[in-house]
Amino acid sequence: MSKGPARLDVQGVTLTFGGVRALNDASFTAEAGSITAVIGPNGAGKTSVFNCITGFYRPTAGRIVLDGEDITKVRPPARAARGLARSFQNIALFHGMTVLDNIKLGRHAYMKTNLLQAFFYAGPAKREEEALRREVEERIIDFLEIDHIRNKSVSVLSYGLQKRVELARALAMQPRVLLLDEPVAGMNREETEDMARFILDVKEEWGTTIVMVEHDMGLVMDISDHVTVLNFGEVIASGTPKTVQNDPRVAEAYLGSGDPQALVKRIEREMAS
Amino acid sequence: MSEWLFFLEVTLAGLGSGALLALTALAYVLIYKATRVVNLAVGEMLMLGAYLFFAFAAGWGLSAWIAIPLAIIGGGLVGGIVERGLIRPMLGESAISVFMVTVGLGSVIVGLVELVWGTDPRALPAFIDTSPLFLGEAYVSRKIAVAFVTAAIVIGLFLILFRFWRGGVALRATATDQAAAYSCGINVPGVYSAAWVIGGATAAGAGLLLGAIGGISPVMGVFGLSALVVVIVGGLDSVLGALIGGLALGMIQSWTSTYVGGEYTNVVTFGIMIFALMLRPYGLFGTHEIERL
Amino acid sequence: MIIGTAKESYPADEALLTTAPQRVWMTIFVIALIAAPFVLSNYWLYLACLAMINVISATGLNVLTGYTGQVSLGQAAFMAVGAYTVAYLERSLGTPFLLNILAGGVIAAAIGLVVGLPSLRVKGLYLAIATIAASFILHFVFVNWTAVTNGNSGATLAPATVFGIELATYDRLYWLIMPFAVLLVWGAANLFRTRIGRAFIAIRDRDISAEVLGIPLLRYKLMSFAIASFYAGIAGGLWAYLFRVVTPESFPFLTSIFLLAAIIVGGMGTILGGILGAVFMTLTPELLRVVVDLASVFVPDAATLLSPVRTIVFGALIVGFLILEPRGLTEIVDRIRRFFRLWPFRT
Repeated sequence: MSKGPARLDVQGVTLTFGGVRALNDASFTAEAGSITAVIGPNGAGKTSVFNCITGFYRPTAGRIVLDGEDITKVRPPARAARGLARSFQNIALFHGMTVLDNIKLGRHAYMKTNLLQAFFYAGPAKREEEALRREVEERIIDFLEIDHIRNKSVSVLSYGLQKRVELARALAMQPRVLLLDEPVAGMNREETEDMARFILDVKEEWGTTIVMVEHDMGLVMDISDHVTVLNFGEVIASGTPKTVQNDPRVAEAYLGSGDPQALVKRIEREMAS
Repeated sequence: MSEWLFFLEVTLAGLGSGALLALTALAYVLIYKATRVVNLAVGEMLMLGAYLFFAFAAGWGLSAWIAIPLAIIGGGLVGGIVERGLIRPMLGESAISVFMVTVGLGSVIVGLVELVWGTDPRALPAFIDTSPLFLGEAYVSRKIAVAFVTAAIVIGLFLILFRFWRGGVALRATATDQAAAYSCGINVPGVYSAAWVIGGATAAGAGLLLGAIGGISPVMGVFGLSALVVVIVGGLDSVLGALIGGLALGMIQSWTSTYVGGEYTNVVTFGIMIFALMLRPYGLFGTHEIERL
Repeated sequence: MIIGTAKESYPADEALLTTAPQRVWMTIFVIALIAAPFVLSNYWLYLACLAMINVISATGLNVLTGYTGQVSLGQAAFMAVGAYTVAYLERSLGTPFLLNILAGGVIAAAIGLVVGLPSLRVKGLYLAIATIAASFILHFVFVNWTAVTNGNSGATLAPATVFGIELATYDRLYWLIMPFAVLLVWGAANLFRTRIGRAFIAIRDRDISAEVLGIPLLRYKLMSFAIASFYAGIAGGLWAYLFRVVTPESFPFLTSIFLLAAIIVGGMGTILGGILGAVFMTLTPELLRVVVDLASVFVPDAATLLSPVRTIVFGALIVGFLILEPRGLTEIVDRIRRFFRLWPFRT
């Protein structure tokens, strides 16, 4: 089964597109078994950080380190095999499949069935599929309370349920680090509370390290152990929810200060980057 | 010396058919740029254009100078009907489905032409003077020269229109970002129709030039596949790629058929494409699309 | 879910046939398959053999196009590879027919890998175009590599033999072709109960997120294409034993369109679709032949119209089904079934 939670270090990551600098020397650490939130105003580079961690973007400089191993140059499928799982801001489920198949897909990289075994559905292939079915049913579907929709096509589900199925699929990946990109975006109060409960349960019961990007400050402050604030691709604050909340730079980043000097500085910085 | 002269003549002939390849390639690029559809039926639309000319000129006995515009207009009409009738209902479907619609369309056009005109090759009524033309010492078939000049003028016209005419700008805007173009007040469905109409007319024009040189038959749509090779090698969205690729492939085909043997032309053509796919998957001049999640 | 289909165990729920009516239909179908050679006339047996060959090839194409979302227009060319392989082995080496047919599949798959490798690195329609290119190049090879293919005059081969019995008549060939068709269709259905089939569908639906889930795109696209080519090769090999002469014109480009039409008409992305479509498409030219025969009373030279009409009908079926019923006959069958499930209480 899963090899326990892992520690994730983002070390001095810089990412440029053409002349635009999306990330500038960004560093933070997600301790094993904790919930780390990455917050910041729109365009601060939160999703870019995620894409660097999952290997969808290759950082221009810096390293991504998973439990002491530098994975900066590892391709996405191999990162998934090392226990990095993510959910997407725009739900990325497969609409031509049932909920059950979507969840099973999460386990793909850990399975061993080869083409010949699959063709005959014999021996190892059959055993592996049946074991997976049992585990998905008992550990994930029950846990996330989605029994009633397991055979439904994903395309007919509500937004909140789709997000939950995506979390289920990420869990099927046996994650050591779970990356959640805006897990509650677009959800109503009740759905958000459900999701918060599930995230906390995942941390408690599965012991997974969780890194999330989220705009909902209430959720972030309630459930995170550690918060990292990004602005213009740079880490401007880091710490417990309480310390970050009281950091004047954070307030400035979100609200802008009344100080004209600061505004000039900010524009200069934008021009330079 | 005379070997060099012969080589020069072969090359010039290649440039002539290359210009036609470029013109046909333009039909692909135009339609792809505006609607993101790879229209496999361009070759068949080209063939249909040549047969329309045949019908007007030989069947109805119209003068070539009336039959030519009629055939081109007919080609445009076919393009427009196809867009409204087959492509627009597929809006929002996957690129593969739309592509397969054009595969089916090609098959329908071939069948219709065979049904109406039979499968035998035919010659088009002559409308280009056959007296030989000399470029310095090199002999050039007048038909090929006319085809080259016509194709060059049309391509030049297109380049200018793309750059400066409002419609050309609208087309480029639609190609870049459909939704944004729509919200800027550009009539996106109109641009779609226009691209297909112009694409169809271009293909028909190329078809009647090609037919004037080599005669017509229901299998001449294969020429469209050569043009598709040009487009794949040059880049699906690149007018410049179509131009340069067309001329280059025209020369290569001409050299191959003269020095190696006519039956090798297709093999060399498609071999080039498979190699090009290995080396530069997005074409020499095409743009690599960056995808976002 | 239909009420009354709840299962006691997960394996029961993972079975290929999950409801009682499905099992009943399957039993009837199997009985029909076994009884066919004893009741059908020679002509209908020939059609059955041809239909099953098309089912094999269409099912292969369905794995690639319907399930993985890649288009091949070279399925006919790969059938030809299988047919020529069988013809060559049978003529020159005289190896057993099972080995020949298998070799046909393997060689077709190997050539498929060579063609697919460059084009599958790119998204979109490049495979379709590369397979058109491959069709032309292979046709050239068939015409010119006379040592193996006997060029334009074609390669004739002896019938397959089992224990000295020649499989030369349709009722005997049936027993060669039918088991292959059943095995290959069953195998394709099995693929989609495992991680491999799921990976194919994931690539079709959303290839980037498939990659993030740890599915190597190129490897799976190639695998899917190799499967399609393998099925084509086997189908071509069986075809060679059915007709016993292979020429460069045996598998024209129109056959590739025919097979594409088969999966579109039947229903892409369902195993049943490949079967229904292939059978439908095999019968279509025969039906057209009947229509043309009838028309020949009124129209002179009606027989010469057959070929163009067939070309038009294949194309029109592709276009019509894609626009009007993209899920094909399978969806129509489903609709009829849903109707009768509640009939006569609701209509």
